[in-house]
Amino acid sequence: MIRLEIPIPEAKIRELKVGDLVHLSGIVVTARDAGHKLMVEERPRFLDDLLREGVIYHCGPVVKKEGDRWTFVAAGPTTSIREEPYQARVIESYAVRGVIGKGGMGEATKEACRRFGAVYFHAVGGCGTSIAQSVKEVIAVHKLEEFGTPEAFWVTRVEDFPVIVTIDSHGNSLHDQVRAESKKVYEALVKG
Amino acid sequence: MSERLAEQLFEFIRSASTDLPSDVERALREAQAKEAPGGPAASTFAAILDNVGMARRNVTPICQDTGSMIFHVHHPVGLDTLAFHKAIETAAERATKSVLLRPNAVNPLTGKNSGTNVGLNAPFVTFHAWEKDEVRVKLMLKGGGSENVGTQYKLPDTALGAGRDLKGVRKCVLDAVYKAQGMGCAPGVIGVGLGGDRSTSYLLSKEQFFRRLGSANEDPELDAFEKQLHADLNTLGIGPMGFGGRTTVLGVFVGWQHRHPATYYVAVSYMCWACRRKEMTLKNGEAIHDPA
Repeated sequence: MIRLEIPIPEAKIRELKVGDLVHLSGIVVTARDAGHKLMVEERPRFLDDLLREGVIYHCGPVVKKEGDRWTFVAAGPTTSIREEPYQARVIESYAVRGVIGKGGMGEATKEACRRFGAVYFHAVGGCGTSIAQSVKEVIAVHKLEEFGTPEAFWVTRVEDFPVIVTIDSHGNSLHDQVRAESKKVYEALVKG
Repeated sequence: MSERLAEQLFEFIRSASTDLPSDVERALREAQAKEAPGGPAASTFAAILDNVGMARRNVTPICQDTGSMIFHVHHPVGLDTLAFHKAIETAAERATKSVLLRPNAVNPLTGKNSGTNVGLNAPFVTFHAWEKDEVRVKLMLKGGGSENVGTQYKLPDTALGAGRDLKGVRKCVLDAVYKAQGMGCAPGVIGVGLGGDRSTSYLLSKEQFFRRLGSANEDPELDAFEKQLHADLNTLGIGPMGFGGRTTVLGVFVGWQHRHPATYYVAVSYMCWACRRKEMTLKNGEAIHDPA
């Protein structure tokens, strides 16, 4: 298991390989469909410092508010492929080093990871409660009124957030490997 | 009846969101034991089981996607279904306020989230009168990620080489699960609806998720079909979250209904490993939950 502090320098990202188990600590910003659309179409500046060498998390959390303080109650990953039309441009324009989600991403994101030095971290889907334990603090929230709870940008501080590298910065993808292997079995089953 | 009923339905929702059914948890444990220790598949099952236990102890949602609520209510003739529906909405609102549910009802035109989980067809409720003197309530929380990998086929399907028989149905299910890879939060439960029309075939496919894992199909031919298909799907090697592994599905359940002579639909619905469903009986004002 590898421990990484966010922000993550490019050299550290380049060392990571598909299949590595990683624990992440530092600032992580959630963004989903509305957030990615906004980042590409309007390129807001308020995320610049948070995302430079930083990490985006595809997540729409269950949150609780007590007084002025927010906490995450359940916060597992959401399906990442919906952000495929935007992710490569977001990685490039904000200099993002890592994207956490589930289900993997497509060719454009894989290529952006290779070119700009980023990786895709897979969290375990459905593990809402346990992942929320890694989120130690909600620092800020942006666009809550406009986007609603799941889609807002939640700026959080995480400790030992467990993930697996499934797309590295060298053009490798665990998703491609598993798809190719399962395709062979599928074709044999359909013939049989 | 409504205040007491709303409270009973609130407890029912809480249990569905936070307490994974025991048959599902057992199947996940069995799947964990089949994987090589220390690898991505085994560590994923360990994380899943850890989360299931923690959600139950802390009474917090197993998954932050608490899904769309699907209720089926069987009731004696004469039940005030309008009041019952209202009580379901009240319970859903309370459960959302109590952070047992994430607000998941979005207006597709404005993009606005209702914030309460109440909206048009949200929660989705069906009522069915029956001869018994008790009310039976079934609830499923159906996540969006797994919903997105569900699909429907119209047989014959030339591309798949699938005709209007079980051989053709098998090809549809193999295709759907192969294409889903890990994206529906594998290992999932597969519900298949045969016959009906466009809409009822999907409904029937989702009703299958109320079956307990390992339960036999009433029809011996379909039972054998389900068991063989279950074994075949697990040779795909997709594994938990699509990381590769020996368990790609936890179960395959097939239901049928009569079809129009011109149509033959096969709906394949995917339920994530967090297969959240509950059943209870309401009798003489008491709520009796089925054993977990």
